[in-house]
Amino acid sequence: MENILAFLNEPAVTMVLLALIPLVFILVYALVTIYFEMKVAAHIQNRLAYMETGWHGVIQPIADMLKLLQKEDIIPTDADKFLFILAPYLVFIGTYASFAVMPFSSGFIGSNIDLGIFYLVAASSLVVVGLLMAGWASNNKWSMFGALRSAAQIVSYEIPGVLAILGVVMVFGTMNMQTMTQMQDGGIQNWLIIGGNFPLGQKLALFPFMFILFIIYLLSSMAEVNRTPFDLPEAESELVQGYNTEYSGMKFAIFYLAEYANLFLVSAIVVVMFFGGWTSPFGSFMSGTVWSAFWFVLKGMSFVFLNIWLRWTLPRLRVDQLMYVSWKVLTPFALFCIIAIGFIMVI
Amino acid sequence: MTETHLHAIKTSTGRTLRTEEMVVNMGPQHPSTHGVLRLEVVLDGEIVVDVIPHLGYLHRCFEKHCEHMTSYQQVIPYVDRMDYVAAMTNEHAFVVAAEKLLKIEVPERVHYIRIIMAELQRIASHLIAIGTFGIDMGAFTPFLYYFRDREKILELFEMTCGARLLYNYIWIGGLSHDIPPQFVERTKEFCTDFKKTLKEVNDLLNYNEIFIKRTANVGILPKDLAINYACSGPMLRGSGVDFDLRRDDPYTLYNKFEWDVIVGKGEMGTVGDVWDRNIVRQREMWESLRIIEQAIATLPEGDVQKAVPKRIRPVPGDAYGRVEGPRGELGFYIVAEDSVTPYRIKARAPAFVNLSVINEISKGAMLADLVAIMGSIDIVLGEVDR
Amino acid sequence: MTALTIYFNDIYRAISSALIGMRITIRQMVSPTVTLQYPHEKKQMPDRVRNRLYMNYDDCIGCELCAKACPVDCIEIEVMKAPPTETLGETSTGQKKRIYVTKFDIDIAKCCYCGLCVFPCPTECLKMTDVYEFSEYDRNNLIYNFGTMSAVEVETAKLKVKQYDEEQTAKKAAAAAQAAAAKAAAAAQPAPVPEIPAAPVTPAQSEQPKGPDTPPTQQ
Ligand code: SF4
Ligand code: SF4
Repeated sequence: MENILAFLNEPAVTMVLLALIPLVFILVYALVTIYFEMKVAAHIQNRLAYMETGWHGVIQPIADMLKLLQKEDIIPTDADKFLFILAPYLVFIGTYASFAVMPFSSGFIGSNIDLGIFYLVAASSLVVVGLLMAGWASNNKWSMFGALRSAAQIVSYEIPGVLAILGVVMVFGTMNMQTMTQMQDGGIQNWLIIGGNFPLGQKLALFPFMFILFIIYLLSSMAEVNRTPFDLPEAESELVQGYNTEYSGMKFAIFYLAEYANLFLVSAIVVVMFFGGWTSPFGSFMSGTVWSAFWFVLKGMSFVFLNIWLRWTLPRLRVDQLMYVSWKVLTPFALFCIIAIGFIMVI
Repeated sequence: MTETHLHAIKTSTGRTLRTEEMVVNMGPQHPSTHGVLRLEVVLDGEIVVDVIPHLGYLHRCFEKHCEHMTSYQQVIPYVDRMDYVAAMTNEHAFVVAAEKLLKIEVPERVHYIRIIMAELQRIASHLIAIGTFGIDMGAFTPFLYYFRDREKILELFEMTCGARLLYNYIWIGGLSHDIPPQFVERTKEFCTDFKKTLKEVNDLLNYNEIFIKRTANVGILPKDLAINYACSGPMLRGSGVDFDLRRDDPYTLYNKFEWDVIVGKGEMGTVGDVWDRNIVRQREMWESLRIIEQAIATLPEGDVQKAVPKRIRPVPGDAYGRVEGPRGELGFYIVAEDSVTPYRIKARAPAFVNLSVINEISKGAMLADLVAIMGSIDIVLGEVDR
Repeated sequence: MTALTIYFNDIYRAISSALIGMRITIRQMVSPTVTLQYPHEKKQMPDRVRNRLYMNYDDCIGCELCAKACPVDCIEIEVMKAPPTETLGETSTGQKKRIYVTKFDIDIAKCCYCGLCVFPCPTECLKMTDVYEFSEYDRNNLIYNFGTMSAVEVETAKLKVKQYDEEQTAKKAAAAAQAAAAKAAAAAQPAPVPEIPAAPVTPAQSEQPKGPDTPPTQQ
């Protein structure tokens, strides 16, 4: 017993254990979200979705996962085997690494570094490399198309996304995500979407720009995670399945997992930046380490729900329109907001 | 043109970039070719250079089959299966041709019921057309709303003739059954319920800004080109040609009802673009509802089986009968010899003719536009390949 | 419109139409679902529904009209004319049965459920039922044998027919012989030709029913 405790107290072991928390979270969350998305989609379309496995089909995602696990893992003959195998893991690593700086609650953050959000943007860009790799290695024209589209899309949407983040960072004066959250503590009126924890005049001045930045970041985050209306890389009616056309079994499951994890990641960034992270909307009521984790997940999931809702409502954009939206609409607006915020913060 | 071409592009920095055209096979197992069509697409990046449709994956020799029957009556289940999403219309077209050949006058009630059925079928078919078009655009939900209401039409059909998809309902000289007693009530109910869905999907899909941006000014089919390629139906009317067989060659009693021919006006872009073709379908459903409501209100009495001939043996000759199907002019040309089976049957399938224009209108479009154009042509491969 | 107004108008319309769409979908989300949980709930079928064929063998008079009407030739009937001395009973519509139906198979796998076979049947013994769950692992199981005559019964029926035919032949031969004799007697100087048809034709005719040696149908 003592040995075990001593072993657990080893710094290296503690670190590994702490690092596993987000992984466990991702796995559980992915299962929940798959179920959630299917149910929301079905009810939007007047259907019921899973009903057979368990009560209202709740264990269906687990069954799906088991099915994917035991599927034959096909690698096409002419594929570039090394890259083909590497790609899904790279995508997942990029996503997983980003969770390191996520302030899950007031008491838990993987790594409380000062460059938090900067690191996050950098780490999540690794995903592009993985997607490109997957598309190229599959040796399939449709996959190739998907990969190129996704690379172009993610790279160009990072610009308005990062500009929006920049605006927020200017307001907070920090890139540390935990500090950002703490600055919004104290109830719903202190959230940045309302104008943040500032004097009333500044608050009122900030509010419209924050709202625009929020919309901009929301849209570019949707584009980054390849969700409708920006799901061109895997537009099934055009590109069959995009970059993961040739993947099957566990590798496909990892892509899927990374996609859902990414979805939560960007939702969480929105929550941290604009909606007060883990802080309770009622000031000190229902706050504390556990409650704050609850709030964080709840807020994150509501943005996941928004994403799902939009996905089953809107049609898909075309490649050139996608670029138009990014470069000609979101980027100028973001720049304008940054300038305005600069003025407000100086005054 | 199937071999790829190498291009040398001078970049602004003075270097030469060698690019290559890429040939991709869209189909026969591609999700958005609406069946088993294979499109050989030559692409320059995302730009479509050339499209070559390859047909025949669903060829079932129906025209040939029809020559080896034991009676004209047996042809009807076969024509049902040509355009399987609008089987009533196929029967109607064949029956119109056969009645011309046999010189049969059918009672008025039969005409009315046929019109009701044909219009219900047109709505059902347009529902699929717009719904799947939405899927091509990435909007999955309107498809299921439309399918929900199409189910109600199929229930009406099932109630009337027992089958949901391939009806064998319209017979030469009459109908297989009279309409059941609840039919009138249920149809009226459907007409009122359906208007709600139509409005809803109109807002959700047709007037969605993304949808408009995706479809306006895409795949423009000019008036003269549409006529030259013998396009028909919503394809032709979307291009601004005011032509509808129901009005211009009134084959049953269509001229008794009050309704309008819908023509594309280029509201969102140019006349004859994809959006126009789609909105023509959408608005045609309103007109069909108008016709159905009028026909239901003035349905005459009569015996639907009265004019059904016991033995069909036409005098040698030929006849061409055509109707305005959901996809356009659907015609059957029958050559009869002195026998109980036709000597030759030729179907003029509108989807086949409309498809032929695809190469012309999709050159220079993007790959995603090609999918939109395909969806707006509204092909049914069962009819294209027969 | 200047380019700028178009630009802002587009943005406005994009947002407003997306919101309209979202309102519609969320309203549908809370409205009740329309699907049936199929194996547990089943739809009420209308009366005229056309699914699996049912055939009431007892009523069949063996007229083969249904087989002729079928566009895909999936009804296979073998009939044999019963001797008039046999009583095969009556159909429920009161028609006398005169023909042995030794085989009545419907290949449901081929059937296209067009219903054309139902209309011409004079005794209304073919019906389309509302059964639609009858998939099989073996395609041969989809050939439905509606005929209820056992092999033995078919054999006996065949024997009876043969017997009767032989009797008939004998009778006919006797009659023919009589007629020939009468003829010969009547016309003492007959032309040489007419004698030929009488004698050889009759055996040939009598040959026909038992001619093709069909084995008894397997049930
Ligand atoms: S329903 Fe049609 S296909 Fe089936 S047996 Fe009867 S006639 Fe033949
Ligand atoms: S039509 Fe009716 S009575 Fe005649 S053979 Fe067929 S089933 Fe028997």
